[in-house]
Amino acid sequence: MNPIDRVFRQLREQRRKAFMPFVTAGDPDLETTIRLVRDIANRGASLIEIGFPFTDPIADGSVIQASYTRALAGGVRMDDVFAAFRKLSAPGELGDVSLISMISFSLVHHRGPERFILEAKEAGFSGAIVPDLPIEEAADLVKQASSHDFKLIQLVTPTTPRDRARQIAHLSTGFLYCVSVVGITGTRTELPPELLDQLRWLRTQTDLPLCVGFGISKPEHMRMLRDHVDGVIVGSALVRHLETIANLGSDAAVAAIGMQVKELAHALNSA
Amino acid sequence: MTPYPDSHGRFGPYGGRYVPETLMFALRQLTEHFEQAQGDPEFGKHFEYYLRHYVGRPSPLYLAERLTKEAGGARIYLKREDLNHTGAHKINNCIGQALLTRRMGKPRVIAETGAGQHGVATATAAALFGLQCQVYMGEEDVRRQKLNVFKMKALGAEVVTVTSGSRTLRDAINEALRDWMASVEHTHYIIGSVMGPHPFPAMVRDFQSVIGKETREQCQNEVGRLPDVIVACVGGGSNAAGMFHPFIGDASVELIGVEAGGRGLATGDHAATLSQGKPGVLHGMYTYVLQDDEGQTAPVHSVSAGLDYPGVGPEHSYWKDSGRVKYVNVADSDALEGFRQCSKLEGILPALETAHAVVMAMRVATKRSHDDMVVVCFSGRGDKDCFEVARLQGEEI
Repeated sequence: MNPIDRVFRQLREQRRKAFMPFVTAGDPDLETTIRLVRDIANRGASLIEIGFPFTDPIADGSVIQASYTRALAGGVRMDDVFAAFRKLSAPGELGDVSLISMISFSLVHHRGPERFILEAKEAGFSGAIVPDLPIEEAADLVKQASSHDFKLIQLVTPTTPRDRARQIAHLSTGFLYCVSVVGITGTRTELPPELLDQLRWLRTQTDLPLCVGFGISKPEHMRMLRDHVDGVIVGSALVRHLETIANLGSDAAVAAIGMQVKELAHALNSA
Repeated sequence: MTPYPDSHGRFGPYGGRYVPETLMFALRQLTEHFEQAQGDPEFGKHFEYYLRHYVGRPSPLYLAERLTKEAGGARIYLKREDLNHTGAHKINNCIGQALLTRRMGKPRVIAETGAGQHGVATATAAALFGLQCQVYMGEEDVRRQKLNVFKMKALGAEVVTVTSGSRTLRDAINEALRDWMASVEHTHYIIGSVMGPHPFPAMVRDFQSVIGKETREQCQNEVGRLPDVIVACVGGGSNAAGMFHPFIGDASVELIGVEAGGRGLATGDHAATLSQGKPGVLHGMYTYVLQDDEGQTAPVHSVSAGLDYPGVGPEHSYWKDSGRVKYVNVADSDALEGFRQCSKLEGILPALETAHAVVMAMRVATKRSHDDMVVVCFSGRGDKDCFEVARLQGEEI
């Protein structure tokens, strides 16, 4: 069984939700990234998304792009990322936590889909999110992923028409990533009704776990979302925090992000 | 006409839509509106009206006698896009897309710009049709192109300085796409070249095809025959696509696209995407791209800001592979010499982009007989480049 399926099965049995933090590989450096991943795996994360730095990531927000720019300026290469994670993913290091790569299709295409999947699996990744690859262009990668038991997580947005959302859900494996484009801002006290509508409807269409991401940053957001989703993804809020404290050194940065992850994960699953 | 692109926006293997799901709805909506507009004679009439009375079309096809004499071979004709309002071919596309914006009922447009030409053309069309306008421009370019920044502001546009990534055109496009993802319900993104996700490459080509259609008619009416060679510069490739497209079916017409050779291909400091790049994905399209060995977009260089782009329109990639268009390059130093020569011999200051095409046209003309006819797509005027040329010559103005 793919580790992602296993994680969600366990969570469902325990009636818990998946907390999924996002970390950019190589920001501020790969050594810190690895320490961070090892740390947050023990602070309530069920899955961890690893961003692969790309020069022109049109599907990511500006906070994440800036982290990619910093990582690339530091000389991080994809080969280095894979090498570092190969070491980390030694049995037992991350417990039951699954790793997912978040990567622009440009990089996948350049490496060749099959080689990418094989190297990613070898480095401990159980699946990928390729946010600039809509279903029309995804056939080849979907085929390769499925023949290697590698999950390819697709995205739906509030602007996705229902017939299309159904097709996307059908093609997605692992879970379905529901983008809340309208953004759940810090001052919001309730969820946008169109997001709730969409989640309710999607629940009638697919058995896949539904995970929501984009603009989610606070424990309150976790409490608002937890009854409606199977998992929550937090990206920019962690990347931004790390940026502001990176100059304090690796130890302080790992401690602070670990604390933030613990607080968010707790809010998602506490009574 | 060619059957390309297909319904997925593919020119052979190139093109397509490599964008986040968030943009798919907008791209489908845009495709529908564009197809409807193409079938609507009223839309065509409006487009022609503004091109004629506002832009000043048709632009002349002019026999450059002294350049011809200097080259000592085939006759060189200039298709004078530099005489358009705002000084380049960019306005053709902006009028088309602004009319489409109005048709879609959207009150706001955004655009990316490198040197500022497309930004000025977009700001102009936005002023003409009463649309709100924001132009994304890299911090480096804002500093280098103060005159165009001033013009855009004077035209009522807001210039947004982009400080992310490379701080140039590439990141201006990334930021504009990001804006569009959040604003798509009331905003249209006027892309400035034959690039990006479908339908942009086909749509921009169609709006720019007025260049090739007029040239064809002028050749037939004024010279009595089709040209032997047509030369155009290629950055993203919109003036070349607009010029070449109506001639694609004419096997007797040789088509040459000129990319930026920069400081020489061996130095790596160039923007010769089609001769040095490989197929890859950039800015929502599958096309030739200049990348490093891991697939990261490579830094590019040209003396001409408009050719300084690491990708190229997907239809050019298709034309390259099929052999229908030949792609060559001209170095910075030769383009600067072309700028001086064209200015002194014809009394016309070419844009540095255009100067690349002029140099190649002269090289081609030299090897041909006087009976032959070479047409240059004279894409823009050189006023915008005076500061840069002066700086490179060590002069202060």
